Amino acid sequence: MGIKWDEFFVTGDPLIFASQIGIALSLVGAIAGITYFKKWNYLWTEWLTTVDHKKIGIMYILLGVVMFFRGGVDGLMMKSQTAVPENEFLNAQHYNEVFTTHGVIMILFVAMPLLIGLMNFAVPLQIGARDVAFPQLNALSFWLTASAAALFNLSFIIGGSPDAGWTSYFPLAGKEFSPGIGNNFYAVALQIAGAGTLMTGINFIVTVLKMRTKGMTLMKMPMFTWTSFITSIIIVASFPIFTVALALMTFDRTFGAHFFTISGGGMDMLWANLFWLWGHPEVYIVVLPAFGMLSDIISTFARKTLFGYKSMVVSIVLISVLSMLVWVHHFFTMGNNAAVNSFFSITTMAIAIPTGVKVFNWLFTMRKGRIKFTTSMLWALAFVPNFVIGGVTGVMLAMAAADYQYHNTLFLVAHFHYVLIPGVVFPIFAGLYYWWPKMFGYMLNEKIGKWHFWLFVIGFNVTFMPMFFLGLDGAVRRAYTYSAETGFGPLMLLSAVGSIILAAGFAALVYNIYWSARHADRNIGNDPWDARTLEWATASPVQQYNFASLPEVTKLDAFWHMKKNNELQPLSEDEVEEIHLPSNTWIPIYMGAVFGISGFLLVFEWTIAAGIAALGIFVGLAFRSFDYDEGFHVHKDEISETERKWRKGGNKGVKNHVS
Amino acid sequence: MSAKVNAALPLEYQTEQNRMNILGFWIFLGAEIVLFATLFGVYGVLSERHAGGPGQSDLFIVKDVLIQTFLLLTSSFTMGISIFEMRRSNKKGMLMWLVFTLLLGGGFLFMEIREFINYVHEGATMQTSAFLSSFFVLLGTHGLHVTIGIGWAILLIIQMLQRGLTPVTARKTFIFGLYWHFLDVVWIFIFTFVYLRGLVM
Repeated sequence: MGIKWDEFFVTGDPLIFASQIGIALSLVGAIAGITYFKKWNYLWTEWLTTVDHKKIGIMYILLGVVMFFRGGVDGLMMKSQTAVPENEFLNAQHYNEVFTTHGVIMILFVAMPLLIGLMNFAVPLQIGARDVAFPQLNALSFWLTASAAALFNLSFIIGGSPDAGWTSYFPLAGKEFSPGIGNNFYAVALQIAGAGTLMTGINFIVTVLKMRTKGMTLMKMPMFTWTSFITSIIIVASFPIFTVALALMTFDRTFGAHFFTISGGGMDMLWANLFWLWGHPEVYIVVLPAFGMLSDIISTFARKTLFGYKSMVVSIVLISVLSMLVWVHHFFTMGNNAAVNSFFSITTMAIAIPTGVKVFNWLFTMRKGRIKFTTSMLWALAFVPNFVIGGVTGVMLAMAAADYQYHNTLFLVAHFHYVLIPGVVFPIFAGLYYWWPKMFGYMLNEKIGKWHFWLFVIGFNVTFMPMFFLGLDGAVRRAYTYSAETGFGPLMLLSAVGSIILAAGFAALVYNIYWSARHADRNIGNDPWDARTLEWATASPVQQYNFASLPEVTKLDAFWHMKKNNELQPLSEDEVEEIHLPSNTWIPIYMGAVFGISGFLLVFEWTIAAGIAALGIFVGLAFRSFDYDEGFHVHKDEISETERKWRKGGNKGVKNHVS
Repeated sequence: MSAKVNAALPLEYQTEQNRMNILGFWIFLGAEIVLFATLFGVYGVLSERHAGGPGQSDLFIVKDVLIQTFLLLTSSFTMGISIFEMRRSNKKGMLMWLVFTLLLGGGFLFMEIREFINYVHEGATMQTSAFLSSFFVLLGTHGLHVTIGIGWAILLIIQMLQRGLTPVTARKTFIFGLYWHFLDVVWIFIFTFVYLRGLVM
C-alpha cells in the first residue's frame, strides 16, 4: 500500500504545529472533563443516540457554529496575509489551502448545518407534527455530516489540506498537478456529507407532504416550511450529481481513471459542468430556507400577515426551476460559444425577477406595520439593502460579455459574499435569535445582540465593499500577494481592518450564547415574541412530544388567529392520550464513525483497508434491517404533569421582553 | 407515528408509517434517477474517446449481453409475481418467487463479472481510456446496486421466515420490489444506449 508514515502528520509549519498541540490538549481536556463530571451516560442517552428532531437540530447548529469559527479563522488568515503588499505571513501553498478550506467549510459545514439545523428544529413544529417522517434517518444524516466535517478538518493536521479551490477544477485538482492526498479529503469528506444531506432532503419532503396537522393545507403552511420543502426538492434533484462528480474525481485520483484528466481522452470541462450543475442549485439550497426564515420573522415583528403569500410561493418554485438552468454562468470565459453564453445570461438575469418579487413582498409586509426592532428583526432589516447590493452586482456578472472583465477578480468575491452573508448568515442569525427561546427556554440577550449586529454588519461592509473596487481595478482572486506598485495596498488594508470588526461581531455572538446561558431570565413563557406560527403554541423549551394534542388549523398564521379569537383552550385531562415516540438508537453514530474511518483510509489511498472498514457500513445496515424496535409510549400522567407545568396560571408573571 | 391500521388497504399500505416509507423510497428512486442520468450523461460525453484503446465493437459480445438482459428482465417478472403472491397472503409462493428472483439476479451478476474479467484480459481496463472509465463506472454502479439488492433481499427472506407476513415485512418486501424493478429499467437504458448503440456505431 506504500504508506509514507513520515508524511502522515503535517510538519514544518509552526502555526499548524501549535494547532496540533492545541487539538490534542483540548481532546484530552474534553474527555477528562466529561469523565470527571460523570457526563458520559447523559451525553450518550440524551444526545449521541437521540432521534428527537429538536436535539438533532441543536447538534447541527452547534456543529455549524464551531465550523463557523474554523472557517472564520481561515478568512482572517487570508485577510492578514493580503493586508499589506508582499506580506510573508503565509506562503503561496498555505494560502491556497486556506482559501480552499475556507470556501468548502463555509458552504458545506457552516451554511448547510446551520440551515438544516434550524429546519430540523422548526419545520416539524410549524406543521404541528411530533417528529420528522424518518427520525432514525434524520440522526444518520446528522452523524454523516458531523463525521464528514471531522474528516475534512483533520486534513490540516494529518495528510495536508486540499489546495485546488472549493471548486477543485481539473486539471489542477487531478493527480498530475495535485499529487498529494489533500484533494482526496475534498472528494471523500464531501461525498459523506452529501449522502447525509440527500437523506435530509428525502426526509423533509415526506415530512411536509405527509405529516402536516389537520387543516394545514399546502397554502396554509408557514413560509419557512414552504422554502424548506422546496429546498429539499432541490437537494434531491441536485446532490446525486455531486455524488457522481466526486466519485469520478476519486476514480481519477485514486484509481487512475480518465474522466477529467486530459490523458486517456478525459475532459476537464466535464468536471466544471458537473460541479456547477450541483453547485448552482446548492446556492439556492442555502438561500431559500434563509428567505423563508426572514419571511416568518418579518411578518412576526411587523405584526402583519406576510404580503403576497401566493406570489412568494410562486417565486420560490420559479427560483428552484431556474436554479437548474444557469450553471454555465460560472464559466462564461471558459470556451463556450456566444449562443450558449447568451442563453445562460438570460436565464441568470431571469432569476432576478422572482427574487425581486420576494424583496418587494418583504418591504410591503413591513409597510404600515408596527415594527418591533428586536435583534432578530434588525438582521432581517439589514438583509434587504445588503442583499440587494449582492443581487445587483450579480446581474452585472450575468452579462456574459461584461463578465470577461469581472471574472476571477475580487469583484466576484465581493459579489458572492454580498449574496451569501446577507442572504444566508444574516437570516441564520435572525433565526437563532428568534428560535433560541423555543430551543432553550431563555432568550439571547438583546443588548449584546445589538453589539453583535452592529459589529458584524459594519465589519462585513468594511471588509467586502472595498473588494468591489479592488476587483474593478484588476485585483485577481486567490492570489496570495501583490506588489506595492499595484496600488491595492490601502483598500486591502481597509478590508483587513473590516474583517477584524467582523470577527469581533462573531465573538459577541459567542459571548452572548455564554452570557445568556448563565444569566438570562428563564421565565419568558411560551410565546415571547407574540408570534404567529404553531411552534409558539407549545412549551419553551419544547417538550419531548412537541404537542400534547395535535393542533387544528384553519388559517395561515394559525397561532395568531387562535390568540385573536380566544381559541386557545386549556388542555382537559381526559383529552390526553398516550403518545408514541421512537426509541434512541446507536446505529446512526456508529454509521458516522464507520463512514469516517473508511473515508479516512480511502483518503490515504489504502484501498484494501478502506474496503474492509466499509464492510462495517453493511453490518450497520443489517442491524438496522433487523431492528424491530417499536418505540415507546409517553404515559398520560407524565403528559398531564408536563403540560400543567408550563400552562399553569396562564403565563402569569411572564415578562414580555419586546413590548 | 401512530400504529393505526387500515385493513382495507393492501398489507404494505396499512399503517401511516408504511405509507411514508414507501413514498420516501419513491423519492429516493427519484434521486437514483438523477444519479444514473448523470452517469449516462458522462458516458454519452466520453463514449467515443477511446484514446487508442479498444472501442465498443471490439469488446461487446451480443450473445452474452442478450443472456444478461434476459436474466434480469425475467427476474423483474418473477419479482412481480412474488409481490402478487404477497398480496394473496401466500407466504410460501412469495418466498419461492423471491428466491427465483435472486437466483436470476445472481446469474446476471455472474455474467457481468465474467464479462468484466474478459475485458480486463483483453487489456481494456478502467485506466485505458475515458470511454472505458465511464463504461466501467456506469455498469459497475448498476452491478453494485444489484449486488446490494441481493444481500438486502436475503435479509428480508430471513425476517419473513422469522416473523411471517406482517405490515412491516410486507412493506419491506414491497420496497425491495420497487428497487429491483428500478434496476431493471436502468438496465434497459444500458442495453439500449451502451450496448446496442455501441454495436451499430
